[in-house]
Amino acid sequence: MPSLDGPGIIGLDIGSRSIELVLLEGTQVVYQAKLPTTFDPLAQCRRLLEGLPPARIVATGYGRKLLLENLKHHRVTAITEIQAYASGAHHLYPGVRTVLDIGGQDTKAISLSEAGKVAKFEMNDRCAAGTGKFLEFMATALQVPLEDFGGFALTADRRIQINSMCTVFAESEATSLMARGERPANIALGLHLAIVQRTLAMLRRVGVVAPVLFAGGVAHNPCVQTMLEEHLGMPVIVPDQPDLVGALGAALHGGRSRRPTQTETAAAS
Amino acid sequence: MPTPYDKMWNELNLDLAAHEGLLQVLGKFYGDIYLTQEGRLKGMEYLDFVLSEVHGLRIKELQEAKAQGKKVIGTFCVFVPEELSLAADAIQVGLCAGAEIGKEAAEKVLPRNTCALIKSFVGFKIARLCPYIESCDLVVGETTCDGKKKAYEIFADYAPVYVMEIPQMKQACDRDLWKAEIMRFKAELERVTGNTITAARLKEAIKLVNARRAVLQRLNRLRAVAPAPISGRDALLINQISFYDDPVRFTQKIGELCDELEQKIKAGQGVAPAATPRLMLSGCPMAVPNWKLPFVVESSGAVIVGEESCIGARNTRDLVDESGDTLEAMLEAIALRYMRIDCACFTPNTERLEHIVDMARDLKADGVIHYGLSFCQPYAIEAFKVEKALTAAGIPMLSIETDYSMEDVEQLKTRVEAFVEMLHLG
Ligand code: SF4
Ligand code: SF4
Repeated sequence: MPSLDGPGIIGLDIGSRSIELVLLEGTQVVYQAKLPTTFDPLAQCRRLLEGLPPARIVATGYGRKLLLENLKHHRVTAITEIQAYASGAHHLYPGVRTVLDIGGQDTKAISLSEAGKVAKFEMNDRCAAGTGKFLEFMATALQVPLEDFGGFALTADRRIQINSMCTVFAESEATSLMARGERPANIALGLHLAIVQRTLAMLRRVGVVAPVLFAGGVAHNPCVQTMLEEHLGMPVIVPDQPDLVGALGAALHGGRSRRPTQTETAAAS
Repeated sequence: MPTPYDKMWNELNLDLAAHEGLLQVLGKFYGDIYLTQEGRLKGMEYLDFVLSEVHGLRIKELQEAKAQGKKVIGTFCVFVPEELSLAADAIQVGLCAGAEIGKEAAEKVLPRNTCALIKSFVGFKIARLCPYIESCDLVVGETTCDGKKKAYEIFADYAPVYVMEIPQMKQACDRDLWKAEIMRFKAELERVTGNTITAARLKEAIKLVNARRAVLQRLNRLRAVAPAPISGRDALLINQISFYDDPVRFTQKIGELCDELEQKIKAGQGVAPAATPRLMLSGCPMAVPNWKLPFVVESSGAVIVGEESCIGARNTRDLVDESGDTLEAMLEAIALRYMRIDCACFTPNTERLEHIVDMARDLKADGVIHYGLSFCQPYAIEAFKVEKALTAAGIPMLSIETDYSMEDVEQLKTRVEAFVEMLHLG
């Protein structure tokens, strides 16, 4: 077992909506912070890092390269979100075999081996259908604050099917349902179900093995969790701070592995 | 910027302004993807040169040959037997169809959900961008997938198209059909060129095409060594250029490049450290200048050690039996060789699954990336079977579906990097 002591390690998860930071000493989280991504993610990263002791940084998320290229005086390495979420989930719940991460723009389904290694993964393609962006868009369309959207959907009294997964078409479907007098909560539930259906397809492609952990920003949404549990027929673990799993995993990865990561290898070749 | 070729391009009826745009994009792309590599083989200079003259010197050669009465035959599929074209004293070029630039033009006559390769060749023609298509006396299509089959009907409004019927199964009656199609193609070539295909000429052509396949086989054997002595990008480029360069010159140059590779291997020099994850590509062909996925892969800390594709091993694996002396025996040998191609358009196509697993094992590949063009049904569906076969063999596979546009590059990078991490840390 390599020593985990010594100077801290920072994990930074630069997502499309928010940036999370975790400072790790050993395996102990000693500090954590979060900021919205905005149009200047680099400046936001610098703000997050301000005042922190110098430490190795492991970046993940879609903005990881940005950090790699721009924070040259820091010791920055990068890993993908898939690896980061896998490491974070395995650390929090060592027996976890399936990880679902729904973030702002991406959905990822990851299957882990018993040892906690990534065995297979699926990721949505270029379209944001079925991601946090979709929910955000639809919450706005129904004029419900995003934080309350899941709870609101759970007050539905009937299940309706939304057929379209495309953000634009789903909105027009929702609008025409509203015009026909459907309760907004029922429409909201229909939209949640649409996301869950799409996510299930991805999960099934990697193979669902219990226990399942659900992370990423959308894991805050109680309706998505409930619907997932119902369709999978098993409980789904949502960690306390589901959006920190990636940053945690990145930091853990930096502490554990001294084998070169892909970006270091790439730089060497 | 005027070039010495403007007059020629003009005579070929190219859209000069749009064509210049294409060459600029191509040049920039090539610079970024190819010329940034370190420790490249000296032999790659020839390929750099050929590519820089792709619409220049090589087209000039074709025009000179045409002035002497030679005919140019264009193809889109490795099923069209080049031996016959050469034996009819024609030049055969594989038309590339790997760029996005004619997409808008193509979408005027084709549905949007058509694979990028088809859109590309139709678009290049309609937008008047390809001097190869414009040089062709005959463009040979084939009934492989439905998309191509129907697109040739549309293409025929713009170019002299001839279509070969490719069977979809490999039973005795399919072989008979294919043999008949070869005879029909032979007659068509004789009509177009005015030359008769004789046994002596065919024998020579078989040897010539076999020699080119053999040198590419040699390249494939050499690159399989660890550490990889040549990048996957460079090896792909060599395969791509084999489709339109002069076969004699190409074979000689690649032979020299292989000699150099042997030196590198002796000296233990690789383009990446020995521990670098080795990946094999499998699936749809990557035509010039489609270098997107190889570039993403090799920028993610992996090296590509083989391509199970028509611009790769599927095109070079089998040679034509050279033992026949009569015309009939040689035509039979050609028919047999081509029927061994394991394109996903065939059903069933279990040979391909076996080939993929064998090849991945021989190459000691750590993983396989299956590459399908969006809207390509045959390869998309077969990808599921490929994954099953590879999983059973204990070889991880990543399935990628994409097209020629650059908009999904970031997502591709994440996927490929995660796959490489998985192999590396697993
Ligand atoms: S993949 Fe099939 S259709 Fe395409 S070039 Fe190869 S053999 Fe022809
Ligand atoms: S890539 Fe697929 S769809 Fe496109 S031409 Fe080839 S076989 Fe047809």
